[in-house]
Amino acid sequence: MKPTGRTALLVALHLSALYPLAHAIWDYHTGGLSANPIEDITRRTGHAAIVLLTASLAATPARRLTGWSFFVRLRRPLGLYSFFYASIHLMIFIGLDFGFDWELIWLESPKKRFIVAGLAAYVILLSLALTSPKYMVGRLGAAWRKLHRMVYPASIFAAAHFVWLVKGDKTRPLIYAAVIGVLLLVRLFPWTARSRGS
Amino acid sequence: MKRSARYIIPSSQITPENAYLTRRSFIKSAGLAMAAPGLALGAAGEAAAAKARAVEDPTLYSEIISYNNYYEFSQEKTAVAALSHDLVTDPWSVSVEGLVKKPRKYDIDDLKKSFGAEQRIYRMRCVEGWSMVIPWDGFELGRLITEVDPLPEAKYVKFTTLLDPKQMPGQRKSYFAWPYVEGLRLDEAMNSLTLLATGIYGKELLPQNGAPVRLVVPWKYGFKGIKSIVKIELVAKQPVSLWMNTSSAEYGFYANVNPNVDHPRWSQRTERRIGDLRRVRTLMYNGYEKEVAGMYKGMDLVRNF
Ligand code: HEM
Repeated sequence: MKPTGRTALLVALHLSALYPLAHAIWDYHTGGLSANPIEDITRRTGHAAIVLLTASLAATPARRLTGWSFFVRLRRPLGLYSFFYASIHLMIFIGLDFGFDWELIWLESPKKRFIVAGLAAYVILLSLALTSPKYMVGRLGAAWRKLHRMVYPASIFAAAHFVWLVKGDKTRPLIYAAVIGVLLLVRLFPWTARSRGS
Repeated sequence: MKRSARYIIPSSQITPENAYLTRRSFIKSAGLAMAAPGLALGAAGEAAAAKARAVEDPTLYSEIISYNNYYEFSQEKTAVAALSHDLVTDPWSVSVEGLVKKPRKYDIDDLKKSFGAEQRIYRMRCVEGWSMVIPWDGFELGRLITEVDPLPEAKYVKFTTLLDPKQMPGQRKSYFAWPYVEGLRLDEAMNSLTLLATGIYGKELLPQNGAPVRLVVPWKYGFKGIKSIVKIELVAKQPVSLWMNTSSAEYGFYANVNPNVDHPRWSQRTERRIGDLRRVRTLMYNGYEKEVAGMYKGMDLVRNF
């Protein structure tokens, strides 16, 4: 890819990744949030987190399909943006939804499997974000690669979180789960796995 | 205002809509969290929270008509109002039938004329953990049931919503076994709290709130309040509601508000009043214990959830 193409792709990435946040702030100031604003922003940030996580999973298959190695460079910012939204999502849950009432959070959460799955996904995203700086890659070596493969279970946990929290018709979360499933499965096929691990 | 003290808040105490400014400004300050999530509910938030104490104030009309669970139109609460806008609610008739001596099909205008409407301000607690305070206009269901004269075999009342996939896009999806069905035990239906509502805030019910006529059972979770009713049947056996049919482990026949019976997704110990950001404790039978607890004496409320 030409350098201008790369720049355009990076700019597009940052703009689209920041869009949900900008949109939520805009809606907040213009009365565009729902009558239950905490639920609204919980959903928006959760949604942004899973979309960005899915996009980061698509980087490697996209490289293999197109041969453009540049796609892999998008993986890290996409993953970090996903972590960014997941962090806001969790802070809304703890601080706004439950008003830092830890006793109530402890009473409510362990029995709810969608929360347990969300927490599992978050803990993985957190450890990946903490080890994402370039110098960590060199320092951890092979362990870094192993650790960062944990993004696969993280995405499965995130999909389970979404499927379990929807009441009634689960078509929407199941579509996300299916896309994540496909992105994980294509990694198993040798024809797409020319240069594993890079 | 003391919350458990009265179940019918007199209409003289409905706050005019402009008196909500304090609540609005609380949302503004707490909403700073939007920009800086970690800073939510600092000292400023607490002070504003104190000002916003009146959780029993009726919910704003604009909120009541824009935030609706009505799966016949959409699973997205904010999408229902627009999608239901063109629902034809006149002509409309409600058939009251089954185990009764005098079955009758009521034209909606006749129904309104013969039973009139009084205002009742009730809390409405959704199973999703949010709640509203709604000034309904309607009449006691018991009066209608008395008029059709139930036979001694009648033990339950079964309600059915309009089935019309042309007007109700959600019904085109087959995930749910449409139409929506709900049920009450006869004594629950005859309880003087149980209402057939035809209006809110003195205005005719809008489609998103269940026009032209819906059920209101304030001590039960909101989904029991079946909307846009076309049929009311007196039956001998306990009806199977749409939600029981969809997921019997999560939704029982009684669905009485009960902070001690958990739900796999939402907190039932606490709830958030629409218009306020903090959680408040959920009350047994949604605060209507005095009026309804007698009906469930000796019943295992965990098994009969
Ligand atoms: C401890 C961690 C987490 C907690 C406590 C949590 C909590 C929640 C809550 C309370 C909801 C709203 C449920 C409802 O409205 O009924 C939600 C929705 C959601 N969360 Fe999480 N979450 C966590 C982590 C995550 C992570 C890591 C992701 C994705 C990477 C995520 C993605 C989502 C999605 C996609 C939704 C639904 C959005 C929609 O309805 O469009 N969550 N979460």
